[in-house]
Amino acid sequence: MARRSAIVATGQTDFVARRLDVSIAEMIREAVDRCLAQRDLDGSRVDAVVIGNMELFEGLHMPEQLMVAALGGGGRPVYKLNTGGTVGASVAVMCDHLVRSGLHDVVLGIGYEKQSEGDSQGNITTVGDPIWERSVMAGAIGNFAVMASTYVNESGVTAEQAAKVAVKARRNACLNPHAHLKKPNITVEEVLSSRMLAAPVRLLDMCPTSDGAAAALFAAEDLAPRLAPRPAWVAATATAHDQQFMGDSPRRLADMRSLQAATRTVYRAVGISDPRRDLDVAEIYEPATYAELAMYENCGFCERGKGGTLIDEGVTELGGELPVNPSGGVLSTNAVGATALVRVIEAALQVMGEAGEHQVPGARTALATGYGGNAWTEALILTSERP
Amino acid sequence: MSGVGASADEPLRLPLTVRLPYDYAVGRYGSRFMTALRDEGKFYGTRDPVSGAVLVPPRPINGMTGEHLDEWVEVGPAGTVTGCTIVETPFVDPMTGRQRPIPYGFAFIRLDGADTNIYHFLEASRHEDIRVGMRVEAVFKPRAERVGSLADVICFRTLEP
Repeated sequence: MARRSAIVATGQTDFVARRLDVSIAEMIREAVDRCLAQRDLDGSRVDAVVIGNMELFEGLHMPEQLMVAALGGGGRPVYKLNTGGTVGASVAVMCDHLVRSGLHDVVLGIGYEKQSEGDSQGNITTVGDPIWERSVMAGAIGNFAVMASTYVNESGVTAEQAAKVAVKARRNACLNPHAHLKKPNITVEEVLSSRMLAAPVRLLDMCPTSDGAAAALFAAEDLAPRLAPRPAWVAATATAHDQQFMGDSPRRLADMRSLQAATRTVYRAVGISDPRRDLDVAEIYEPATYAELAMYENCGFCERGKGGTLIDEGVTELGGELPVNPSGGVLSTNAVGATALVRVIEAALQVMGEAGEHQVPGARTALATGYGGNAWTEALILTSERP
Repeated sequence: MSGVGASADEPLRLPLTVRLPYDYAVGRYGSRFMTALRDEGKFYGTRDPVSGAVLVPPRPINGMTGEHLDEWVEVGPAGTVTGCTIVETPFVDPMTGRQRPIPYGFAFIRLDGADTNIYHFLEASRHEDIRVGMRVEAVFKPRAERVGSLADVICFRTLEP
């Protein structure tokens, strides 16, 4: 039996549209400093670093160079990942595996993006195969809208139900000091009258593009309780991939095969039979309102076709039976390479009892997911109790 | 370079435009598909010998089953829309570097005989003119203008009155 790892410290920059005052390296350093300062640690405790982002967004192909600036010195093992939008969660899973394997005792995971420095919409088309997809692709929004239309057609979810997700996210964001898009007075009507980008997706149905970085420190089971008063234990991780081309998954959002596979794997690993009952909180990777509703179904929070009902009944509100994205989620903050790591960090803060104003009282078991690239999923269960 | 003791009261930027050309091999399966598209105006997929699924784009391996695929099957040129939108937000086409004129129709299309979808454009600019389940057919460029690319198909247009 491999040893366990736990998240003992986390740090996030305050996400905004444009960080004009810092370079990429300085921005990463800010997140790392905040992470280490949370437990009054210094960088010498770190045995290895895992970093991930969307390299084409900034046009910098070797982000691992930045480790020297971010940590104050080289000479340590550095691992670089790029799994598309999923990458921050892949960073977390790899940090866990490096500790569990016994290879390293303390591993720092970093995710970042400075989207203001490049053309994210144009760059994201490079996820499409140049021969088969790119010449006939729209940007992220057009691609997403096509997938959303399939889900809407099958499930019958309404624009009003999607708008409620937008309202929940931007109100929750007001309770999160790091969140980007905060709208305390947002209404369903405001979402429904925001500019149509690509039907059914309106401006306020989509995530923003943000600048920011996030860092999380993973430690082995013997060290973790000494480094943090209440570590967030990594109880289970799972990774699942789908097919080669965008159109291969027959119904995309309506049937997210990799999300179903990864969440069922981690549920089984920790003995969760009814996620709505057994999870205290979830931080999921919802790039748009319709995706959140589809993810309720694919994560097993409700029956197929009932995603809209879940938001209508307030189940996923902060204060509901299963709060989803009390941080404000991707809909409020999206520096892509950091985004999935922020899901893991926010889940960790919840089970550590350190989420501040958006704390779910008594949260002990949390789900975090990353979903991106070509339908790639990472899923993690974090617990306050040592598994 | 600033001198010692200088401070940065105003954050500086470095604008940079990079042009990076690529030259991709279309591959054995891709070249066969694109040649038929160019010369015959026909689409082909490859069939999984076990599940019977016909995959478009054609490929040598079914990622979900691991089966080797070498049976070629004609599909289309008509098909069914399985997802669709009218894109109304500006977007720079990475293939041309220019902004695509908006609004334009964009869809997942399941070609008749295929079990997977391909992205393509719809001949439509109003949301009320498109729907999931709509029957469509491929609109080809004239033979002389076709080069062996998915862009040899201009768009898909409705088969419904």
